[in-house]
Amino acid sequence: MMEATRRRLLKGAGALAVAGVMATAVGLGATGAAFAEGKTLKIGQLGVMSGAEASWGLVNKYAAQATAEMWNAKGGVDIGGEKYKIEIVSVDDRNDPKLTVSGAERLMGQEGIRYVIGSNTDVTATSIRPIAEKYNAMYFPYASSRSLYTKPAENAVMGMVASYQVAPAILKLLKAERGVQKVAFVARNDSDGLSNRDDAVKAAKDLGLDVVSATATYEANATDFFPVMSNVVGTAPDLIFLPASAPSNTPLLMRAARELGYAGLFASDSGQDIKVINEMAGDAGNGLVSIGGASADAIRSEYMDDFIKAYTKVAGEWNDEAGTKVYALEVILATLQATGPSAIEDTNVFKAAIPGFSMKNPFLKEDSKLTFTGEADYGQKRQIGVPLVLTETKDGQFTTLAIGQVD
Amino acid sequence: MEQILVNGAILSANYALIALGITLIFGIMNVLNFAHGQMFMIGGLIVYTVCVVFKLPYAVGLLAAAVIVGLIGMLLERTLFQRVMRISSREENTMLLAVGTALLLENIALYVFGEKQRGIPPMVSGVYRLGSAFLPANRLLVFAISLALIAAVLLFVNFTRQGRAMRALAQDRTATMLMGVDVNRISMLGFGLGAALAGIAGGLLISVSGVNAGIGTAISTKAFIMIMIGGAGVIGGALLGAVALGFAEAIGYALFPGSVTYLLIFTALILFLLIRPQGIMGKPWG
Repeated sequence: MMEATRRRLLKGAGALAVAGVMATAVGLGATGAAFAEGKTLKIGQLGVMSGAEASWGLVNKYAAQATAEMWNAKGGVDIGGEKYKIEIVSVDDRNDPKLTVSGAERLMGQEGIRYVIGSNTDVTATSIRPIAEKYNAMYFPYASSRSLYTKPAENAVMGMVASYQVAPAILKLLKAERGVQKVAFVARNDSDGLSNRDDAVKAAKDLGLDVVSATATYEANATDFFPVMSNVVGTAPDLIFLPASAPSNTPLLMRAARELGYAGLFASDSGQDIKVINEMAGDAGNGLVSIGGASADAIRSEYMDDFIKAYTKVAGEWNDEAGTKVYALEVILATLQATGPSAIEDTNVFKAAIPGFSMKNPFLKEDSKLTFTGEADYGQKRQIGVPLVLTETKDGQFTTLAIGQVD
Repeated sequence: MEQILVNGAILSANYALIALGITLIFGIMNVLNFAHGQMFMIGGLIVYTVCVVFKLPYAVGLLAAAVIVGLIGMLLERTLFQRVMRISSREENTMLLAVGTALLLENIALYVFGEKQRGIPPMVSGVYRLGSAFLPANRLLVFAISLALIAAVLLFVNFTRQGRAMRALAQDRTATMLMGVDVNRISMLGFGLGAALAGIAGGLLISVSGVNAGIGTAISTKAFIMIMIGGAGVIGGALLGAVALGFAEAIGYALFPGSVTYLLIFTALILFLLIRPQGIMGKPWG
């Protein structure tokens, strides 16, 4: 009917790229304005905040903003006897390493920020490293790649529990307490999904479990999981493990498996959201064991209640995933309070304080310590000692199964 | 094998609704609508709002999705696309406009509906067995509604006055104008119908796969694959493209690891376009 040329399609692709860069620039310009008076401590936040994975970075952003609001409401954070208002400067990298690099340059170079939360995937976090080393800035990725935290790298501190730390804990627990013997793995077909899967498969084999399927994957932009789950359910596993599954995909994967007659357990090494699971999967959402945060009713403190209120005010609604991302800014601020103001500009002072740092975990009801960990995996303390909380979905709620600590 | 056929048929019907909308707009306006996936997304989010937030029946949600997204399409066509096409001689300007519209809609949705995946429970529960294949009742219902809507669209464009005007416009704009057809009005109607179809598809599939504010680009990509296979601007081609993609996915996921499926689809698409760049039913290029 109508004329169409190859030129049109190529121009269209170019137009998409130009518009993507423009959108990022606009997003960058929308960051908060500086405080009019008093001292300000700028904290960067860099991650994916648009597209299919938007929730990962946006939860980081809202969690940082909520923490900042809580401190600013108290007049700011006291560092060396002076109050600093906290300003969060956010950059959307659209999960594109090129934009991560330009975002890191903007935050660490032009803005002179020395502490950046993010990014959200192995690929983008790896791309920050040369920029962070050039400006001697610290960054707190939500990515598991060991090379980020192992010497000679020393500027990254993992903000979460890594997949290779979560998977063995989940598999060991389910083997011992639920009699799981046969495991199938269904991974997202990207760097994080596949590397998490390989770690989890190794953990399963080390535990003597029977891996009945380890090759099934789905595309990051998949919307229908029935075809891929048809194969997996056919292998009759006791447990379907979903490495690095996004909160948007997990309930759909579960629902597809249940519709195919699967009655066993699910597990994921990533944080999930109960509201999304209830809406998308309903009863099919029962029986998911996953990494939880500080938000479960049974374990959270009054301070965590305040955080949930602040987060809800910032984001419009609570997201359980934020319970796993509540720690980074709080630990950065507490470490700066311990070191004094010199660490605001000189991160060598911050690094020197890491081994001896300890604070009470303000988010948990029970008395526990927050420190930097990671020596067992990285040979140096480059991980925030976030408690390893395992939860299970049951009747529309997260129930806490176990709480542990990474060495 | 039965499961592959069932999966393929259901995917094809879902994809056909998406492909029909984008090919209608391309055929009538000569605009590659990069915002088509975003219209799908908005349709899904409207159904979510009507059914979950306002707790109204699903049928009301689906109707609201069709009407609101259709009106958004007509508004965009009248205020933006028609004007740009009139004052601009460079064809890529409409593409840039479509890309900008896509980003605008995506960011509005992110602001209004948040970053979370949104979904509604299945309209009907239960699972049927078809030989050795599983067929969830909700998917069967979506499949049936999709087929009914495809049939309705085909009847509309083939047997109504406006539908015939749309087809005439797609074939020859000047001749259509000389025949006394109000081409601006028909263009607006066509754009609105294409957008409404995307909205309905989103409204139907939110009960199967859910939507989030960032899903649009993935949907648009699949829509482009379908019209490249079938031939851009040809309604029959869009349906053929949907069947080809639906069954390719179903067969690929059954026989190969997931990562290989789209690798093969894209490789096959490139090879196919080398042989027949206009698609199966499209006019020869240039």
